[in-house]
Amino acid sequence: MSEKKKYNLKNELTKGFLRENPVLRLVLGTCPTLATSTSVVNGVGMGIAATIVLICSNIAISALRKVIPSKARIPAYIVVIASFVTMVQMLVKAFVPALDESLGVFLPLIVVNCIILGRAEAFAGKSPVLVSAVDGLGMGIGFTAALFCMGTVREILGAGTFLSGIDAMIGCSFKGFDFTGGLAKIGLAPMTLFILPAGGFFVFGLLMAAANRLAEGKGLKKAGLSPCAGCPRADACANKLCGEEKDV
Amino acid sequence: MEEKQILTVSASPHVKSTATTRRIMLDVIIALIPAAFAGVTVFGLRAALVIAVCVLSSVMFEYLSRRLMKRDCTVGDLSAVVTGLLLAFNLPVSIPLWMCVVGAFAAIVVVKQFFGGLGQNFANPAITARIVLLVSFASAMTGFTSPVAGGVDAVSTATPLNILSSADGTSVAQLVANGELPSLLKMFLGVRAGCIGETCAAALLLGGVYLLARGVIKPAIPFSFIGTVAVISLFASRFDLTWTAYELLGGGLLLGAFFMATDYATSPVNTGGKIVFGVGCGILTAVIRLYGSLPEGVSYSILLMNIACPLIEKLTQPKYFGFIKSKKKKEGKAA
Repeated sequence: MSEKKKYNLKNELTKGFLRENPVLRLVLGTCPTLATSTSVVNGVGMGIAATIVLICSNIAISALRKVIPSKARIPAYIVVIASFVTMVQMLVKAFVPALDESLGVFLPLIVVNCIILGRAEAFAGKSPVLVSAVDGLGMGIGFTAALFCMGTVREILGAGTFLSGIDAMIGCSFKGFDFTGGLAKIGLAPMTLFILPAGGFFVFGLLMAAANRLAEGKGLKKAGLSPCAGCPRADACANKLCGEEKDV
Repeated sequence: MEEKQILTVSASPHVKSTATTRRIMLDVIIALIPAAFAGVTVFGLRAALVIAVCVLSSVMFEYLSRRLMKRDCTVGDLSAVVTGLLLAFNLPVSIPLWMCVVGAFAAIVVVKQFFGGLGQNFANPAITARIVLLVSFASAMTGFTSPVAGGVDAVSTATPLNILSSADGTSVAQLVANGELPSLLKMFLGVRAGCIGETCAAALLLGGVYLLARGVIKPAIPFSFIGTVAVISLFASRFDLTWTAYELLGGGLLLGAFFMATDYATSPVNTGGKIVFGVGCGILTAVIRLYGSLPEGVSYSILLMNIACPLIEKLTQPKYFGFIKSKKKKEGKAA
C-alpha cells in the first residue's frame, strides 16, 4: 500500500527515544514497567531482553508482511513473537541466570508485551525490513531508557541503593552503591513506598509529566473552541449534559 | 398609572452565606485545639514540636507549590494549617521530624496541589500522607510510646487495639486488672498509647460537638461511621459492651469520623450519600480491625471511601425538579 512512502531512518530511530517513547508517551507496556523497575538492574535487563525480541520480531514480521493474511495477522504475529521470546528466555537462562530469577514470570510475558505487538501492528506489518528494524531498535532504546529512569528513582528512594545486584548480572566485582549506611548515620531511611506498586505509579506519573513537558513544551496549541466553551454550565455538567438533553 | 416598584429584580443568588473557606477552616482549627492540648499533656512537649513542624512545613509547601505553579497564593485560607494539624495528630510522638516534613510534602504537594488545590483533591491529604508514611516507615510509624506525664524517657508499648487484637481468650476485665490495658476512664481521657491527636476522646468529642453546633459538619457521616463500627463490634464480641467501648475509644475512630471523613472535598454532598459513605467507612474499619493483619483500619477505610466517593455521588444524585422517567424513549430504541 504505502510502499512508496519515504522513510527517514534517523527520524524512525529517534522518535522512540522521547517523542513517541513507548512507555512515557504511548503508555504501552505499563505492566512490565511497573513490575520490573524496582531496581535499575532488573529494569535495564528487562529492557534489553524486550529490545532484542522487538528488533527480531519487527524484522521477521516486516519480511513476512506480504505472506501473512490480514485477517489472521494477530495470531501470526504472536507466533513470531513467541518464538523469539522463547529463544531469548533460553539464552537468558543459560548466560544470565540471576536475571531470569529476578524477572521471573515477566520474561516469558514479553510475548504479550503490547509494545512489541503494537509495533508489529502499527509499523512492521506495513513497512520495509530495514526501517522496521531501526524502528524496533529506537523503541527498544526508549523502553530501556524509561525503565532505567524509573528504576533509578525507585531504587534510590525506595531501597537506598543504586545498581545493586549488578555483580550477579554481568559478573563483575563492582556491587553497586549502597547509601543505607550513610543515610542511617544522619538519621534518614529509604521510603519503602517507592519499591511498592503505589510508589511505582507515583514515579510513573511524574516521569510521564516530565516527558510530556520535554516533548511538547508548554502543550499543544489549542485547537478551536469546544461547543461547551461559552456555556456557563460547562463545569457542572462536564460537557455531557447537552448531549443528554438532546436525547430527552 | 405609575406604580411604586416594590420588587427588585436581580440575578441570583439572592441570599448569601457569610461562610468563607477561611472561616470554616478557622472553626476546624478551634475544634482541634482541645485535642492538641490533650496530646501535649499526655505525650509531653515533643508532641508540640511534631505539631509545629507539621503545620509549618505544610504551610511552607502550600506557599512554595502555589508559587512554582504560578497560581494564587492560598495560604490565607488556612486549609494547609488544618492539614498540618491533622497530619501531626495521626503520627506517633516519637516520629523523626524529617518524616513529618516528608508527610507534609505528600499531603500538600502530591495529594492536594498536583490535583489543582483545595477542593480538587481526590483523597484527604492528611490521611493519604499518614498512609504514605505508614507504608514507607512502618517501624517509626508504629513505635508507640506510653504516655509520659512530663517525663523524658519514653517507654515503647502497644496500643490498646494492638493488645486487644493479640489477646486471645483473655477477657478485657482481666487485661485491665493485669495492668496491660488502660482503664475505660483513662481511655476516655486519652492517657494511653497512640498517635498524638487520637487518644483523648473527651477533647475530640468536644471539638466534634463544636463543629456540629457551628454547622461546619453535618452529623450524618460521624454518626453512621461510629454507629456502624459499634454495631459490628457488638455482634463480633457477642454483645460485650466493655469490649465495644474499647473498640470505639481506641485507635483513630473519633478523630477520623469527626475531622477527616467529613472533609468537604472528599465526602458526598447529600445526606443519603453521606450515610452510605459513613456506613462504608465503618464496615471497612471494623473488617480491617477484626480480620485484617493490621490492628487499625480507620485511615485505610477513609481513603478507600474517598476513592469511592464519586460513585456514591452518582448513585445518590437527586432528580431535578420536574423530572419524569421517559419510558417512550426506551421503547422507541427497542423498536
